[in-house]
Amino acid sequence: MKALVWHGTQDIRCDSVPDPEIEDPRDAIIKVTSCAICGSDLHLYDHFMPGMQKGDILGHETMGEVVEVGSAAKGALKVGDRVVIPFTIFCGECDQCKRGFYSVCERSNRNKAIADKVFGHSTAGLFGYSHLTGGYPGGQAEYLRVPFADKTHIKVPKGIPDEKLLFLSDIFPTGWQAAVQCEIEPNDTVAIWGAGPVGQMAVRSAVLLGAKQVVCIDRLPERLSMAAAGGAITINFEEESVVERLNELTGGKGPEKCIDCVGLEAHSTSTLDAMYDRAKQAMFLETDRPHVLREMIYVCRPAGVLSIPGVYGGLLDKIPFGAAMNKGLTFRMGQTHVNRWTDDLLRRIEEGQIDPSFVITHKVGLEDGPEMYKVFRDKQDGCIKVFIQP
Amino acid sequence: MANTLPRTALKGRSQSANDKLASGLGWFSIALGAAELFAPRALCRWLGMEGHENLIRAYGVREVATGVAILGSHDPQPWIWGRVGGDGLDLATLATGLHGDNPRKGNVMVAMAAVAGVTAIDVLCANGLTAEKGGPATAIADYSDRSGFPRGVEASRGLALDVQPQNRLTTPETQRAFPHAST
Ligand SMILES: NC(=O)c1ccc[n+]([C@@H]2O[C@H](COP(=O)([O-])OP(=O)(O)OC[C@H]3O[C@@H](n4cnc5c(N)ncnc54)[C@H](O)[C@@H]3O)[C@@H](O)[C@H]2O)c1
Ligand SMILES: [Zn+2]
Ligand SMILES: [Zn+2]
Repeated sequence: MKALVWHGTQDIRCDSVPDPEIEDPRDAIIKVTSCAICGSDLHLYDHFMPGMQKGDILGHETMGEVVEVGSAAKGALKVGDRVVIPFTIFCGECDQCKRGFYSVCERSNRNKAIADKVFGHSTAGLFGYSHLTGGYPGGQAEYLRVPFADKTHIKVPKGIPDEKLLFLSDIFPTGWQAAVQCEIEPNDTVAIWGAGPVGQMAVRSAVLLGAKQVVCIDRLPERLSMAAAGGAITINFEEESVVERLNELTGGKGPEKCIDCVGLEAHSTSTLDAMYDRAKQAMFLETDRPHVLREMIYVCRPAGVLSIPGVYGGLLDKIPFGAAMNKGLTFRMGQTHVNRWTDDLLRRIEEGQIDPSFVITHKVGLEDGPEMYKVFRDKQDGCIKVFIQP
Repeated sequence: MANTLPRTALKGRSQSANDKLASGLGWFSIALGAAELFAPRALCRWLGMEGHENLIRAYGVREVATGVAILGSHDPQPWIWGRVGGDGLDLATLATGLHGDNPRKGNVMVAMAAVAGVTAIDVLCANGLTAEKGGPATAIADYSDRSGFPRGVEASRGLALDVQPQNRLTTPETQRAFPHAST
C-alpha cells in the first residue's frame, strides 16, 4: 500500500510499504477513506519530538471502513463498520481508562519502559507519533492496523460525509477538552493563543460552552479571519501588544481563562525572550520555545485557569513560576482523552450545532501529502487544514 | 485547488531539490568557515595576502553562523541570499590581492573562480527557494464566511451548556469559586 513515511528531518515521502496485518486478537484493519495532517505532525516533520525512526508511517487523524477484525474484537466491530480512529490508543480496562483518562492508558504503549524512563511514568500509545508512544504505524496510509480495536474506535453512522466526522479523531475533541477543562463561566473572557486547527476548534468550543468573550491570537490574517467567523475577537501579535489588548478587553483585569493552542514551536517577533529561546534551542540547552506559556502566565487573571493542549516535548526555560504560584493559577493540560468526548460531540454534529468541516482548506490525494506537509508548515496558500483522501 | 498550489517539492516527497541544495550549502559554509577560523595564516600565505588574518577569521565567523542558520531554520531562503552577499564580500576582498606584485596572483584567481562558481550555485538555490514559496498572493485567503456554526455564532453561544457532569473535568472543590460569584 501507499503511505506517508518519515525519512528524517523535513523529509517525508509517499512510499510503497507492506500492507498491515492482524498481529493481536484485539486488532482490526481499516481501509482508510480519509485522513489529515495535524499540527502535532509538524513537530515530527521538524524533528522537535524525539524517538522517530526512519521508515515510520505518520498520521493520527484517520477514518475508514473496517475490513478485517481480530478474534477478540469481533463483539465490538464487524467488517463494513464505518469508524473514526482516535489518535490515543486505549485498552479500556486499566485504572486510568476506567477513570476516563484514556490518553494516559497504562497498557497501550508497547514501549512503556522507555516512556517510563523519559516521563517518569508512561502515557498511552499513539498512532504515528514516535517510539516514545509505542511506535505504532500511523494512518496517513491506505490501510491502518488498529490495536485494542474493540475499544479504540468511534462508530459513526453512514450518510454524514467524512469531512464532518474525521476531526472527531483529534482536533475537535482537543479544542473541546481545552475549553471544557477551563470550566468556562458565563461572564468569562477566554483567550486562545494560536488560530491553527486546534485553536479554531477551541474558539467554537468556548462559544458553545457559553463564554461571553472569546479572543484569538495569531499573526496570520487568513487564520484570524476564520477565528473571527467563529465569534472571536482577534489580535495579531505582530501588529499589536497581546498583553495590552487583552487587558483592555477585560477592564484591566486580564482574561480568566487562557488556552495555549500553539505549543513548543511558538513564534515571536522580536522580543528578547524569543531570541533567547532560539539561541538556547540551537545549542541544545532547551528543547522547546515556551513564549506563549510565559505570556499566558503573565496576562492571566489571578485565580484563573491555563489550559494547555499545545504540545511540549522536553525542557522549558525561564518559566515565571513565581507569578503562577502567587497568582494562584490552575494548570490543565495533556493529550486529549478523545473517546471521553466523542459520543457527545458526534451528537452535536448530528444535531447541527457545529460542522467541523469549516476548517478544511485543502483536499489532496496521498501522493500530494509530502508536499502538503511543507505547505501547511510554512502556512502557504492560505493553508489551515489538509484533508487527504488516499 | 491543486492548480493554486505552489509546487514545492518533488512528487511524493517533502524535500525539494532546492531544500537539499540549501542544506548542502549550509554544510559547505560551516566547513569553509571552520577553515577560515582555524587556518587563516595558511590561507593568507597561499593567497599571498599576508596581514589579512583577522579579516579572514571574521569571515569565518560569518560563514559558520550562516551555515548554522541555514541548517537550523525553517526557511533557509533569506540565509542563502545572505550567502550571496557574503560571496560578493569575498570576491571584493580577493580582488585586492590581484595587484601586480603579488607572486601568488595565480592562486588568487583560482580562488576567485571558485567563489564565483559557488556564487552561481547560491543564486540558483536562492531563486529556486523564492519561486517555491509561491509569492505573497498564495498566502492571502479570506475565511470570514467559515463560522462552522450552521445556526450562526450568536444562536450557538451556550448551546453546549447541557454538557453532562461526567463530561466535565472539574476543578477540585477547594479551588472552585463560590457558586453565587460566577454570574
Ligand atoms: N493535546 C493534544 O491532544 C493535541 C492534539 C492535537 C494538536 N495538539 C497541539 O496543538 C498545537 C496546535 O496544533 P495545530 O494543528 O493548530 O497547529 P498549527 O501549527 O497549524 O497552529 C499553530 C498556530 O499558532 C500560531 N502561533 C505561533 N506562535 C504564536 C504566538 N506566539 N502567539 C499566538 N499564536 C502563535 C501559528 O501562527 C499557527 O497558526 C500543536 O502544538 C499540536 O501539537 C495537541
Ligand atoms: Zn494531532
Ligand atoms: Zn487503559
